Amino acid sequence: MRTRRTARAGQYLALLAYLVFLAFPFLWLVSTAFKPPRELGSLHPTWIPKDPTLANFRQAFGEQPLLDALFNSLVAALGAAVVAVLIATPMAYVMARHRTPLARAATGWVVVSQAFPFVLVIIPLFLVLKNLRLINSVPGLVMVYVVWALPFALWMLVGYVRAVPPELEEAAAVDGAGRLRTLVSVTAPLLAPGIVATALFAFITAWNEFFFALVLLKSPQKQTLPVVLTHFIGAEGVADLGPLAAAAFLATLPSLVIFALIQKRITGGMLAGAVKS
Amino acid sequence: MPLATEPRRPPRPRPTKGAPRAGRDRRVLDRGAWFLVLPALLPILVLSVGPLLYGIALAFTDAQSGRTEPTQWIGTLNFQDLAKDTLFWESFRIGLLWAVGVTVPQFLLALGLALLLDQDLRLRRLARALAIIPWAMPEVVVGVMWRLVYNPDAGILNETLRDLGLGDGRDWLSGLATALPAVIVVGVWAGMPQTTVALLAGLQNTPRELHEAAAMDGAGAWRRFRTVTWPTLRPVAFAITALNFIWNFNSFALVYVLTNGGPGGRTRLPMLFAYEEAFGYGQFGYAAAMGCVMVAVISVVLAFRLAGRLRAGGEEA
Repeated sequence: MRTRRTARAGQYLALLAYLVFLAFPFLWLVSTAFKPPRELGSLHPTWIPKDPTLANFRQAFGEQPLLDALFNSLVAALGAAVVAVLIATPMAYVMARHRTPLARAATGWVVVSQAFPFVLVIIPLFLVLKNLRLINSVPGLVMVYVVWALPFALWMLVGYVRAVPPELEEAAAVDGAGRLRTLVSVTAPLLAPGIVATALFAFITAWNEFFFALVLLKSPQKQTLPVVLTHFIGAEGVADLGPLAAAAFLATLPSLVIFALIQKRITGGMLAGAVKS
Repeated sequence: MPLATEPRRPPRPRPTKGAPRAGRDRRVLDRGAWFLVLPALLPILVLSVGPLLYGIALAFTDAQSGRTEPTQWIGTLNFQDLAKDTLFWESFRIGLLWAVGVTVPQFLLALGLALLLDQDLRLRRLARALAIIPWAMPEVVVGVMWRLVYNPDAGILNETLRDLGLGDGRDWLSGLATALPAVIVVGVWAGMPQTTVALLAGLQNTPRELHEAAAMDGAGAWRRFRTVTWPTLRPVAFAITALNFIWNFNSFALVYVLTNGGPGGRTRLPMLFAYEEAFGYGQFGYAAAMGCVMVAVISVVLAFRLAGRLRAGGEEA
């Protein structure tokens, strides 16, 4: 009994250590974001700002085109999420229900696309988009994000489609519903929660993305939040810590909120994928 | 991020004769199915498969940015140059060090956390939600955040060291010796949640009854882990480790923000090197060749993974 109790205590202690390790950098970011310059310069920084202020946020908006960036990020992420889900759902349906070489090739692509070094894809993409005059434009970036979000979207959606019993569709067909009708009025409503979760995941993926945005967007008014964030860090790596922390904190909030909403579904989706292995 | 093998189709009764369309042979795509597939297939071909093939082709040309003369095929010249490019091999060595240095602790730490979260501890739900926070953050923010932690004066790391009387701390990210270990810690931190969630999913597959039976028979915790948990967990563990290795080897944003490859190239990962080559110096062909070499390395890893899976499959049979 005694050893069990010590073991339990040890487990709690270990869990606490993990949580501290995972949480402290974020708490430090928040703390820095609300500190006045005087405290940031002090040699003995504290966890809780003695004199909390919003000055860093004001300064951040003044220094860089943060509002533009916020807007661009929003357009890119929303566009990517909506388009990705619109085109991925029908394809996922076919991949889940048909056993054709094409469906198998698509599954193969989903796996292989995880292994591309981006540099091999970004140079041709850069050249292609340049010819289409879609360099330095948010719509061009949306196109790239859609394809970039597709592998995971397909993978999630195929799982959700498989969870819908085909008998339901067959019953609708027996009742005389055409294929499109069956898809729209029987399958789609059952898929809705999965589609929403997939869209939100695609949103986060696009919202957080950095590399493609860095290469494809050149003028400051066109850039997304992650790219603009890096401008706070000067050429010699010297950063104005307060505004940098404030802007970074703002850029994280949407992802955190959405992630909190779909957290269960993502872990659930992972579970489903693993169960079938 | 497909974690495991292709999910098997659940068995179901053959459709009856009366069901139109839905009952057709599903091995052939009819016109309706093509209509459903095309909207996704076209972008995949134009913006993913096409560029990948184009990128491989570029590796055999002298393509440069902003040049007026037409690009020419130069055979394997880029690869010959690459073989002699000591800077690239140094960067490649660092990339492998980084990928292994991140992937291994990531796996061990995530396994520990997953085992804890699989226990019947109080606050488990809260812990699970908190544990995946790093996953939700933009990589750039992760980089910014850790810069604040590592900051020599205003950073919490040095302040904690000072408080504990462990010296004055140092400038972690610009020290020649400390830069790579410092960024590796960040890499481990950033990738832990995904690995944990995947392993946790695998753990929840292990049969409880077997666990209990083994405990009854007096098997200790380690013994139970080895004989009951690990065999079920192994496929998931291999899959996520292989994926982690690939993702880490290809990673860019974290280190770009933390050190931008410095000091003196000590953290210049292959992706950073190729990015500079392509968009700093405009050497598209040469950078594409680097990308090809990176693909080759990853293919080797994937081949290992496949071989491992085949072996595991053989044992099961």
